[in-house]
Amino acid sequence: MSTASEIDGRPGYVPAGSSQSESWGEWIDRHSRTYFIAPAVVLILLFAIFPTFYSIVFALSRVKFTPSGLTFRFVWFQNFVKQFTGTEQAHFLGKLTGMSAAGWVFGLAVAAVTLWWLIRSIRKTTWVGMIGRTISAAAAIGIALLLGATLLSLNPWGTMLTTLFYVVVGCIIQFIIGTGLAFLCSQPITGKSFFRVIFFIPLMITPLGVGYAFKMIFDITKGPFQPFWEFIGLRDWAWSADVWAARWFVVLGDSWQWIPFIFICMLAALENVPKDHVEAAQVDGASSIQIFREIIWPQIVPVAVTVILIRMIEAFKIVDLPNIMTGGGPGIATESMSLHSFYLWRANDYGQSAAVAYLLLILTVVVCASFFNYVVYNQFRKARA
Amino acid sequence: MSYLKTLTCALLAGMALGGFAASAGAGEYDGVTINILTRPGPVIAGRLAERGKEFEAATGAKVVVSEVPFAEIFQKIQTDWTTGTNSIDMGVFAAGWGVELAAAGLLEDLDPYVAKDAKLDINDIAPYFREFGQKIGGKTMMLMVDGDFQMVYYRTDVLKDAGLEPPKTWEEYVDVASKLNGKDMNGDGVADYGSCAFKKRNAQSYFAIQTVAAPFVQTKGTSQGFHFDNATMKPIVNNEAWKKAFELYKETGKYGPPEELNMDIGDIRALFKAGRCALVIDWGDPGPLQIEPDAAAINGKLYALAAVGTKEVLDRDTGKLVPVTKENAPYAIDGINYAPFAAFGGWAGAINAKADPKKKQAAYDFLSYMNQAAQSNVDVTLGWTGYNPYRLSQLSNIEPWVKAGFSKELAENYLGAINGALNNPNMASDFKIPGAQSYSGVVLDRELARYLAGEITVDEALANIEAGWEEITEDFGRDNQIKAQGLALGTGN
Repeated sequence: MSTASEIDGRPGYVPAGSSQSESWGEWIDRHSRTYFIAPAVVLILLFAIFPTFYSIVFALSRVKFTPSGLTFRFVWFQNFVKQFTGTEQAHFLGKLTGMSAAGWVFGLAVAAVTLWWLIRSIRKTTWVGMIGRTISAAAAIGIALLLGATLLSLNPWGTMLTTLFYVVVGCIIQFIIGTGLAFLCSQPITGKSFFRVIFFIPLMITPLGVGYAFKMIFDITKGPFQPFWEFIGLRDWAWSADVWAARWFVVLGDSWQWIPFIFICMLAALENVPKDHVEAAQVDGASSIQIFREIIWPQIVPVAVTVILIRMIEAFKIVDLPNIMTGGGPGIATESMSLHSFYLWRANDYGQSAAVAYLLLILTVVVCASFFNYVVYNQFRKARA
Repeated sequence: MSYLKTLTCALLAGMALGGFAASAGAGEYDGVTINILTRPGPVIAGRLAERGKEFEAATGAKVVVSEVPFAEIFQKIQTDWTTGTNSIDMGVFAAGWGVELAAAGLLEDLDPYVAKDAKLDINDIAPYFREFGQKIGGKTMMLMVDGDFQMVYYRTDVLKDAGLEPPKTWEEYVDVASKLNGKDMNGDGVADYGSCAFKKRNAQSYFAIQTVAAPFVQTKGTSQGFHFDNATMKPIVNNEAWKKAFELYKETGKYGPPEELNMDIGDIRALFKAGRCALVIDWGDPGPLQIEPDAAAINGKLYALAAVGTKEVLDRDTGKLVPVTKENAPYAIDGINYAPFAAFGGWAGAINAKADPKKKQAAYDFLSYMNQAAQSNVDVTLGWTGYNPYRLSQLSNIEPWVKAGFSKELAENYLGAINGALNNPNMASDFKIPGAQSYSGVVLDRELARYLAGEITVDEALANIEAGWEEITEDFGRDNQIKAQGLALGTGN
């Protein structure tokens, strides 16, 4: 639609005899772009930003149910502090009493190395960079001391370390197996397409379905592997009653579902490696290992670290599998932070539930941002160089 | 006249065939929908849906039963009713949970409805359920559809073959379980289990531990309670009595299925129905469940004990266990203190105070229909319904039970055990104060699970429970909780 202004060529010009409606139309034309995107902006505000901010209100309050609805009693950071020092400390962080010598040595060693790295960074990093590195260092020292107080002191973990266990161990296993399968499927083997489809299927299944399937498959008294368990003398052993076995079985179920994600991404990366580079190396007499290490790996590493980053972000949110397979048990051994928050929400403790959810958000951002800055970004920089 | 007689007879016959005995008339609630929220069926929910169809045929009211996981029922109802959503007209949940909803003014007072209801026969409801289960602060706020006690069941054939007597104390329970564990109890050549109890977290384990703890702690009647000092609401949990109960409960696991820590009530019931358990801790359901076709291995062999007790009880002044005497445990029998635990208090229906008046009346009529002897005396004899007896007519007459398939001996044992528990003046009440779900289903359940999994010691678990209960009490207001506890236990005596 052409307007009077465009016809005349002078912005804001209203020719003599033109009506008020024409200038209104012109005004609309000038602002139409804003109005067209307004619904999307409002929707984003309503559905993304508003709940985020509203949940802060929950996290800083004790929420009660009354006949007139929810009432909020502002308690500042009490819901957060409780997770670190109060009655919820053992649930969130683990049992921290009686730290062993090994725990202290490990924690202090990590702290010393991290501080040395931080001090060295002062000369070559900007102020903003230093703030980021200080946060990363504090998180690393905190996690190391926590590991020292729990794992190395034979004390039980809380939900924070259980979540990190799922993230770190799960991502390593999934990356190694997923990349291995992708490498195999990138080779000229028969039935390649068939294997690609088969390896990809688990990703399509809902995590709840995976949880139930694994719970049934690994049922030692009724499941399909019952004769196997009996044969190896584990008829009276229950993985679901053993703290570490239960955690590993949850990782197993999670890996089964997510290896295909790594597989499909890494397969795409491997197939993008120029064939002439590989052939040239072969002509030069390089072994398969050398070709992988020197030719293929450097070219796929930017994709690899990005895939790990995406998988890590997803892994922090694990909730379905431990909920279905073990109900967070035995004890709280398999309870992730998402599940912790969910159980609090289910008990109508909205304040604490929101606080744990925010702690998960902070942990995810710190770990993933650190990984991005010190690993992913470096790899991209190297690739560009 | 003969025309009138024929018409009257036809009308009565029609009502009888329809199985409808509520006060409502046919078509009275055309266009009314009653939305009910409860646990997943067929247990509890299944019979509500079936009876709902009968009710709809008779009155026109449509009954819609929605199901959510057990652990989410209370929260869903509380959220729906406090936030003004009001999509639920009636909740069917633990009788003990009603107090928190009633305190927030969310429950309809049913006394005016009861006063006008000629079919209910409220005095036929056993006194405990009528006065404790259905009433809050002296007013009838709920109607039972189920009566709950946790009892111990034992396999008569297995114990007889081993020359063992049914356990009277929890120490004997562990002893019998240890002696029977590993025996083949269903003839399939596979070793079976001495004891079966649901120990999964976020399930029903926190009820079973209270069944074990109650006789150690409560000695002077129902009004004494076994969770708090009623005058101060200080927890009486960090002491030798609860410690002993925790230890014995954990020890039963040595003689149970290896996956017991991950087994809930459904898993355990599947096990004992397959004949794999010598001793079982459960509500009243195993009685009728054993006569179902898939329980041939235990049909007529699973007998109930009203309660298992203890020869040592808590000295509340010192926190130590002391031998039972006439002074410290006046209701003890032969030196054994019993305190049958009314775990859960039974499933009861409550009506949303903010529902439309016509819906409220329709919901009440349906609840009354479920509760009336004509329906409930049949429903409680069917194991799959999850309904256990709560009316005197159900507990005094073995005929309906024999008709349902019980042998005379089994019916006498089963009803005798329930009557024994109901009539025990030292019967232990479940939590019936605001925060009931948090005290037991969150704090007690979590710390018990951590102890059973070996994550923490019993002393740590009890200290954590004490701290957690104190925090909940402070949160709800100590004075309010003291008052609520007084009301809850005062009417229970």
